[in-house]
Amino acid sequence: MPINYYIFLSLALFCIGVAGVLTRRNAIIIFMCIELMLNAVNLLLVAFSKMHQHALAVTNPNAGIDGQIFVFFIMVVAAAEVSVGLAIIVMMYRNTHSIDVNFLNRLKH
Amino acid sequence: MVNLVWLVPVLPLAGFLINGLFRNSLSKGMTSVVGCGVLLASFILSLLIFGQVRQEGFEAVTVTLFDFISVDKLQIPFAFQVDQLSVLFLLIITGVGFLIHLYSTSYMHEEAAPHFARYFSYLNLFVFSMLLLVLGANFVILFIGWEGVGLCSYLLIGYWFKNVEYGNAAKKAFIMNRIGDLGFLIAIFWMINQFGSVTFTEVFGGAKGASVGVMTGITLLLFVGATGKSAQIPLYTWLPDAMAGPTPVSALIHAATMVTAGIYMIARSHVLYSLAPVTQTVVAVIGLATALFAATIALKQNDIKKVLAYSTVSQLGYMFLGLGVGGYTGAVFHVMTHAFFKALLFLGAGSVIHAMGGEQDIRKMGGLRKALPVTSLTFFIGCVAIAGIPPFSGFFSKDEILAAAYARSPVYYGIGLFTAMLTAFYMFRLFATTFSGKFRGTHEQEHHLHESPSAMTIPLIVLAILAAAAGFLGIPEALVPHAHVLEHFLSPVLGGASGDEGHGVAEISRGTELGLMGLSAGLALIVSLWAWGKFKSKPEVGEPAGFGKVLANKWYVDELYRAIITKPLNILGKFFVWLEKWVIDGAVNGTGRLIQYSARQLRLLQSGQVGGYVLLMVIGILALFLVELFVKK
Repeated sequence: MPINYYIFLSLALFCIGVAGVLTRRNAIIIFMCIELMLNAVNLLLVAFSKMHQHALAVTNPNAGIDGQIFVFFIMVVAAAEVSVGLAIIVMMYRNTHSIDVNFLNRLKH
Repeated sequence: MVNLVWLVPVLPLAGFLINGLFRNSLSKGMTSVVGCGVLLASFILSLLIFGQVRQEGFEAVTVTLFDFISVDKLQIPFAFQVDQLSVLFLLIITGVGFLIHLYSTSYMHEEAAPHFARYFSYLNLFVFSMLLLVLGANFVILFIGWEGVGLCSYLLIGYWFKNVEYGNAAKKAFIMNRIGDLGFLIAIFWMINQFGSVTFTEVFGGAKGASVGVMTGITLLLFVGATGKSAQIPLYTWLPDAMAGPTPVSALIHAATMVTAGIYMIARSHVLYSLAPVTQTVVAVIGLATALFAATIALKQNDIKKVLAYSTVSQLGYMFLGLGVGGYTGAVFHVMTHAFFKALLFLGAGSVIHAMGGEQDIRKMGGLRKALPVTSLTFFIGCVAIAGIPPFSGFFSKDEILAAAYARSPVYYGIGLFTAMLTAFYMFRLFATTFSGKFRGTHEQEHHLHESPSAMTIPLIVLAILAAAAGFLGIPEALVPHAHVLEHFLSPVLGGASGDEGHGVAEISRGTELGLMGLSAGLALIVSLWAWGKFKSKPEVGEPAGFGKVLANKWYVDELYRAIITKPLNILGKFFVWLEKWVIDGAVNGTGRLIQYSARQLRLLQSGQVGGYVLLMVIGILALFLVELFVKK
């Protein structure tokens, strides 16, 4: 499959993520949209990695491995981020009885 | 003994510190004892040092106390030079200074104790600075003293600082002195540049090797300093205004000692002046012009202290004439006799003012001879001395200068003689108006008239004796050979200059000198008697008219200075104030205001809405993305 399809798919996923972050007020949905963006990047990384592996397989059997290892790192980091993020959302709910991010502006008072 | 010379200035410094620091707790009696005591001790020390210096074959001694400035090859030690010239000034300063301190204890007695102590601390500080000035072994120490006396002069003129006019007079004196000091300072820098040293011996030693142009430049700049301190044209106008200070201050600072600093400095550096004939001519002409100019003003002044002030300016002009024609001994001699008789006249005036309850206008005096016998007698001696009537001291010193002037040019002599006649005239006008005739003051003042207490009359009597007799220290060669004690005494310091390389005093024949002497003495006597007779019965009480008005208004010099110097400077100052306020401040404040304004606008972005932040972030990333895509490369 040409690489273009992967790029367009990632771009679509990423834009959905951005649009979601920008438009939604529910913290959990925003959170999910951020994950969507992360995964769009992951997809792109894997796709490019595969492409390079394919192109350079003759000279270098290890070509493109880096990108796939990166993806694992990102997934681990994302998992950690989720745990912290969800904890913040729980605390937020305890304080404001809502998970609407717009209520967070009361932090400035 | 000579090695203890540092004690002479240190004692008044200690007096200054004690009186200044404890002014709120010391009683007036204690202040007087401290203030006068240190001066008396200094005077006795000076006498002891004098005893050693006057011995035959005494060589100048330099007492180095510590290294003052040491930069690369330039070494400026804090050193005192003891020689005949500095010892003579030591005696004058501490001796006359002590008498005036003593006089002040009584004159200033009505002041409150803290102010009384402040007065004495300033006076002691002044004596300290003046001693530093005459003792310094290099131009920098001299300059420290020079600045110190200027400061004390300022403090003492403005002693009654609550009076705005007195404060202005003090500022005027200070600023005028600063103008002169700048010349002095540049001269010192030039010397460092030229000779690599400021020590007297080294500068004078190297002077012969320098070009005439350089010597003329340095000496002219030094002379600018002297015109400021010694009140010569064009910087003389501060001295008459300086009479705002207490009368003993006028006597000590503005007659006897500080204003002669310029003469001391030029006499000290006579080696340089002998190498610069152009400067000598300038000094002589300025001195002569000042002498004549100030004497004409003194003719029509009605304030007893103003007459004496202009007379001081005039006499200082005389001394500069003496310096300019190479008669250094004569000039120093005149400094000494002038210190005696002018201090006497000022203290006498103070006694009169004291008796009149603060009145200084001689038109409201008259007939004070009966009420103030001691004052009037001593004042009379002072008048005779300054008028140049033999055998009083002024005759000898003035005649020595006149003889030296005649040897240089009869024109100098003619103008000098005319000035001497003017001097005799205005002094006897002053004496006759003040002490003869009928009393013209109020009834209350007449009732109040009294002779001053002994603390005031004793200095008067001592000074009167000195004013009468000091002339015999310098009996001219033409009268009695080898009787000029002072010339003999000063010859190790000044002797080299007289008759040196044709710039010193040229010899005139004995007959001519006797003739000139007789002429000046006779004319002085005639003019004195004429003035006395003229004003004894008919004193000038009205306002002067015609040319007299010009003289009474001091030739309108103050007005002229105000118009051509003060006003333009004020306008320039206003312009700079405007520039400072609107251009420089405007730029600085404008920058600040711009940043504040933009910050206030940008603050609105911080709304606290998470969505807004994220949107901005996305826009930012997009912008970076677009830049990366289209702009870069």
